[in-house]
Amino acid sequence: MVPENLKYTDQHEWVRVEGDTATVGITDYAQHELGDIVYVELPLAGTDVTARKAFGVVEAVKTVSDLFAPVSGQVLAVNETLGTDASIVNKSPYREGWMIKIKMSNQSDLEHLFSPEEYKRLIGEQ
Amino acid sequence: MATYTGRCDKERQEMLRAIGAREVDDLLFSVPAAIRGKAALKLPEGLPEFDMVNSMSKLASRNAASRGLVCFAGAGVYDHFVPSAVRHILSRSEFYTSYTPYQAEVSQGTLQAIFEFQSLMCRLTGMDVCNASMYDASTALAEAALLAVNATGKKRVLVSSCVHPNYRKVLRTYCTSAQIAVEDVPSTDGVTELSKIESGLKEGAACFIHQQPNFFGIIEDTSRFGELTKANSALLVSCVDPLSLSLISPPGEYGADLVVGEGQAFGNSMNFGGPLLGFFGSRGEYVRRLPGRIVGMTTDGSGRRGFVLTLQTREQHIRRARATSNICTNEALVALAATVHVALVGEKGLKELALQCLSRSNYAAKKLTGISGFSLEFEKPFFKEFVLRCPVFAQSLVDKALSRGILAGVPLSRFSGDGKLLLIAVTEKRTKDEIDELCSVLGRGAGNI
Repeated sequence: MVPENLKYTDQHEWVRVEGDTATVGITDYAQHELGDIVYVELPLAGTDVTARKAFGVVEAVKTVSDLFAPVSGQVLAVNETLGTDASIVNKSPYREGWMIKIKMSNQSDLEHLFSPEEYKRLIGEQ
Repeated sequence: MATYTGRCDKERQEMLRAIGAREVDDLLFSVPAAIRGKAALKLPEGLPEFDMVNSMSKLASRNAASRGLVCFAGAGVYDHFVPSAVRHILSRSEFYTSYTPYQAEVSQGTLQAIFEFQSLMCRLTGMDVCNASMYDASTALAEAALLAVNATGKKRVLVSSCVHPNYRKVLRTYCTSAQIAVEDVPSTDGVTELSKIESGLKEGAACFIHQQPNFFGIIEDTSRFGELTKANSALLVSCVDPLSLSLISPPGEYGADLVVGEGQAFGNSMNFGGPLLGFFGSRGEYVRRLPGRIVGMTTDGSGRRGFVLTLQTREQHIRRARATSNICTNEALVALAATVHVALVGEKGLKELALQCLSRSNYAAKKLTGISGFSLEFEKPFFKEFVLRCPVFAQSLVDKALSRGILAGVPLSRFSGDGKLLLIAVTEKRTKDEIDELCSVLGRGAGNI
């Protein structure tokens, strides 16, 4: 499942852009590959993030994966509900499973992201 | 069992043929010829079993085992009584010979025992969570410092100079390569200087580490430690003797964030210095930063209670370079001995054991200081160890006592201390007669009786 209204990274994060706010999470493909997610380590609001650098960690039962920021900016909000129930990411990766909201510092970062088509090609879906 | 016995040439040839090699040396192709040994190893001929046993026994008899000596030596490892029930349970082959027995399907007994170990350490220390054990107090202490550095982002740790010198050496070994600064907080009259703790913390530190009772056996006043570390955004790391916790305030009560220590005193012999039993506990907020294994309690598919290794994604076999520690083992058998011992003596029994140590060490100190020339170096309350100032070099007294079958203590000159100071440990095993004999031997050794 690859929603048409989002942009993507080659590390399987999705981005929803509203003005200069970017909401970030991981894709359905990612949650499926990871299996049951047990913990999500996210930064504190106010932290600066850099495009293509890790901003957190997602833990599944047998593996740990870095989360990469699609754009640079400052963390506006963090999805606290994941602290009590990380499996929300598996159940609803694009809606309730959002991870952080970033106040973008550089709109041109968006140009490096994948379109839904490009992402579908990456994961071998057509 | 056949797969574990030696191979004969016929079988070797068969195996070589199966993999397409002519001789064993063919398998070493990746080792450069220049560094391969050419000469045959200079090893003596194999001995028949009797000759081997005979020769090894002669070698072993050159050591004096603790059963043959009256032991007043401590400094981190102590001669406590090990009930035969402990040895009996430990020697069950399921416990004694199993290697890394953590697969939940076949190791519920082991996992439950470790869970009990973790639980009892939490109760004793006042921490929310404890891991499945570490190698020993020194490495547990070093790992606690690393945790504090990772949690606070500050690359400087403070450690009381009253912490065991060997533990501080190990701490520096871990910290130096990680470019973490380690600073000793000075002591006065055998205890850490409070004002120096405060000034050290004000310069910024990830943690302050202390030992209770400290290396000199003294019970320090720790009541302000937690307040000072908290005020300076540092963690308080307490390294404790778990037996003392039946008598004095546990670190959870004076603001410790991390608790480590040496559990050898619970049901383990001195074992020539190892294996020992480190433990590591913390407040709940640090559970995801804990090093080592953690056993958790859960329910299986049928709703029955079961035990498993949990939070494994902290560990290096999953996190790899992102792991906070590279420890991937624990001291299961030694922890089991401790667990069995504590379960058998119980809360009341532990308190009684501690009181025995306290009263016997105080009796010894009183009697020894009654001999002219001997005095207590630090006028401070102590648990089961104290520092005696002798009129002559402590090592000479130890040598003389040895010829009388007594290990009189550990001279502090062993740790670059004053040559006339002797660290004496008195456990529940030391009888009044033995203590009186020690007094007599030391007094005579110093020429004062």
